[in-house]
Amino acid sequence: MAEPQPTWDSVAVGQELPPLPKVATTQMLVQFAGASGDFAPHHFDAKLAKAWFPGTGVIVHGALKAAWLGQYLTQWAGAQGRLRGLATQDRGMDAPRHMLDAHQAEEGQTWHCMGVVVAKRVEGALALVDLQVWVENGAGERTTRGEATVALPRT
Amino acid sequence: MPNTDPLDTIITPAMRGQIGTTSAPWMVEFEPGAIRRYADAIGDPNLAYRDDDAARALGYDGIIAPPVFLGWPAWQGAQEQATGFESVRLDSPFKRHVTGGTEWRYERPILAGERLTALAELVDVYVKQGRPGVGKMLFQIIDTRYTDGAGALVVTTRYTDITFEGPQDEEGSDG
Repeated sequence: MAEPQPTWDSVAVGQELPPLPKVATTQMLVQFAGASGDFAPHHFDAKLAKAWFPGTGVIVHGALKAAWLGQYLTQWAGAQGRLRGLATQDRGMDAPRHMLDAHQAEEGQTWHCMGVVVAKRVEGALALVDLQVWVENGAGERTTRGEATVALPRT
Repeated sequence: MPNTDPLDTIITPAMRGQIGTTSAPWMVEFEPGAIRRYADAIGDPNLAYRDDDAARALGYDGIIAPPVFLGWPAWQGAQEQATGFESVRLDSPFKRHVTGGTEWRYERPILAGERLTALAELVDVYVKQGRPGVGKMLFQIIDTRYTDGAGALVVTTRYTDITFEGPQDEEGSDG
């Protein structure tokens, strides 16, 4: 499962990162609410979500999608890379998949963390790569966007 | 000549005077069990959040916290900690709320079991006109700096808090 370590010298501006698939389920939202302490009810109560945001149901936490981007960047940076900065903005609401049974989700949309290298720079001893990253839902909408900076080994 | 721009009347001189206000410092503890439960919840299999040997093999000084763990996740169950952050947030005339964005700047990873001192600061306040149905929007930029026992900065977070007017003919909800 080990991916090759990206290096500052080998990374090019415009290079796309391999996508990371993620699936949000109603079960995951409850688990995330407990682990993060975000008990805003539109993340687990469909009736209230509809009242607050007509046309919706239970809504995926923006902070969960931000956390996915943290996972994505840390994974891409590899053992020798370090995430230096991440900024995220919520740009759209997503509906999680329902559960089929206690362990499996129904068929439905899959989200993908995606990213592209937008700049390379050296700051003191740090060889840095700036990236645009986003979470794309099953309809191809980028519902969370972000900018990140990763320090990589030179070679 | 008095300024009659309705956008400019949202932020009172008293509110503007609060820019630069810092909270009292508070202590944030990064408990290993909370880190593991958070990593489980987001579906991140990275052993650096769970296993000391694996974390060291990856070049860390022990189990670390995931990058986005910091913020509300780290404050769970510690009301006085969130209160430190809340103390610099201005009372808005608008009831509807959304998060405009969150930013994290890392000097180094946070280690499990570490206790960091947090300090929140209201760094800016401004108003924008949103699209119809959103109306006027009040932006508050709040930075929180986390320092370690040696006084070294570990992480800075920047939170963009938005409250907005909403449709003019119905009651607001706290989203």
